[in-house]
Amino acid sequence: MPDGRPDLPLTYRILHEPRAVFGLIVLALMLLAAVFAPWLSPHDPLEQDLLSSFLPPSWQANGDPFFLLGTDNLGRDIVSRLIYGARTALIVALVAAALAALLGTVLGMLAGFYGGKTDMLISRAVDIWMSFPAVLLSIVLVAVIGAGLHAVIIAIVIIDWTRFCRVIRAETMVQKERDYVASAVTIGLPRVRILFQEIFPNLIPLLIVLLTLEMGIAIVVETILSFVGLSVASDTPTWGNLIQEGRQYIHQVPWLLGLPVACVVLTVLGLNALGDGIKEVIDPETRQ
Amino acid sequence: MSHWYLINRLLLALPTLLGAVTITFVLLRVVPGDPIAMMTGPGATEADIAQLRAHYGLDQSIVDQFIIYLGQLFTGDFGTSISLRQDVGELIAGRLPVTVELVVIAMCIAVGFALILALKGVYWRDRWPERLIDSFIGVIVAIPDFLWALSLILILGVAIPVMPIFGRMDLTISFDSWTNFYLIESLLRGRFEVTRSVLYHMVLPAVSLALPLMAITARVLKSCLNAEMNREYITLARTRGFGRLRIIYREALRNALVPATALSGVQFTFLIGGTVLVERIFGYPGIGNMAIDAVINRDLPLIQGLVLTFAVLFILVNLFIDICITLIDPRLRYA
Repeated sequence: MPDGRPDLPLTYRILHEPRAVFGLIVLALMLLAAVFAPWLSPHDPLEQDLLSSFLPPSWQANGDPFFLLGTDNLGRDIVSRLIYGARTALIVALVAAALAALLGTVLGMLAGFYGGKTDMLISRAVDIWMSFPAVLLSIVLVAVIGAGLHAVIIAIVIIDWTRFCRVIRAETMVQKERDYVASAVTIGLPRVRILFQEIFPNLIPLLIVLLTLEMGIAIVVETILSFVGLSVASDTPTWGNLIQEGRQYIHQVPWLLGLPVACVVLTVLGLNALGDGIKEVIDPETRQ
Repeated sequence: MSHWYLINRLLLALPTLLGAVTITFVLLRVVPGDPIAMMTGPGATEADIAQLRAHYGLDQSIVDQFIIYLGQLFTGDFGTSISLRQDVGELIAGRLPVTVELVVIAMCIAVGFALILALKGVYWRDRWPERLIDSFIGVIVAIPDFLWALSLILILGVAIPVMPIFGRMDLTISFDSWTNFYLIESLLRGRFEVTRSVLYHMVLPAVSLALPLMAITARVLKSCLNAEMNREYITLARTRGFGRLRIIYREALRNALVPATALSGVQFTFLIGGTVLVERIFGYPGIGNMAIDAVINRDLPLIQGLVLTFAVLFILVNLFIDICITLIDPRLRYA
């Protein structure tokens, strides 16, 4: 490695990369909100109080200190709904990204390692897949699978495995030419073992970067599908549902739209920064 | 460039197109969900449903349905929309110009600003404006068009209400369009108040679509330009006493454009996909908005027609980018 203090442990270097730290903080906040949602949120996110609907944030003129960021059209507490929204977002992000990574990585490794017909078949499939507009495909998929969180996750996996597949395929082809693979072949290790025991560990850093970025994408897709009304039932608080509801009252109470949009933007920025930060630490070649 | 190259490219696109048609068809047929049941509602008798099923050809086997569908496609028959009860081809033809105008304007905005950002960034290399441009690009690239659309609505539609946030033009203006290409048609017919209103309504959706593409293109172009600036012919130009500006514009730019166009080409197709949501958010009457309605109504013929239209748009954009690359780089014309 040309520079970047490779002698220091990876975690140390990641913690000294400002972008990665910003991303970790955002991720930690989300984890906190998701895990402790029932204790953190001051109200039941579904509890309606029609007498106190459309309350502004508590520091404004008509605000109620009882509802920190105000209430929506049915008098439900915004803070609680945002916190529970983080829970849904994180579940989708983790599960969908992990499954897409699994599918894409296995196919990408097979294509990159075996080449020939396997590679042609898988690469052709990726090409055809990518000729669909992803947004349209996800909407079609969820429409046919049926609305719900599982459908959103399946849709993300079916669409986004190609992201992992392409990158992992290319990296596997690079790794395949390295000396350690040649020596593994020489000592007669079976090919499957070379692929999964020798090459795979070298793909993990790249995989972590891809996973982080995919989590951001998954959160956006979930938001989009909720927004279009194809995710979970509309009374479940997700950021997408909040955005969809806020869109209707945009002129009277803009913060109903602004707050969930801010949450999604912050999360996506954080996860992107984390991915970029880790990439920079583990791969000094990308630095200029 | 020979026309054989073009024909060859178009032929290569056919398998992709066929793949897209097949996948959509299979997906929509295999999975549960009954469009006829949605169409008729609870009051329909078994006989009614069976009759409608036969009318739309849904009573035959999937293979037969697919062969019939392909045959109809070749004759230009896209079928009849179940929810709107109109010819799918006509429906799409009416909405397509709206999306095409939006996409073209968005791409022009993206390319224009990407060029400015990249050239300025390289010009101020290693000084604070470059770092500013880099972080600006970094933030913009991370946020998808969907969130830009909502943010722009909040900022320029609500907080400082200067821009229209709904529809294609003022409803108070009446304009009988023959082609639905409002922008070009209103210019040609001298109806400038229509042009003005259409452009005004286009600003926010087009900018939302353009921002991510602009950022990625600028990033790629900037790194290609920086790579070119390290080449020997640049040193030569510098020793001949040319100014930095002239070197960037006249020497480096043309060489950097080829890899930059090739690398950011895919992003142009992402912009087309983005119209689905952005049109929805801004109530823009294009094919993207129509696609969401079609999916919600489970309107199979319309969904198929729209997916096919999107696939064709994708292929055309890719072809256009290939042609651009060969035009920029004469060496590729005879390769």
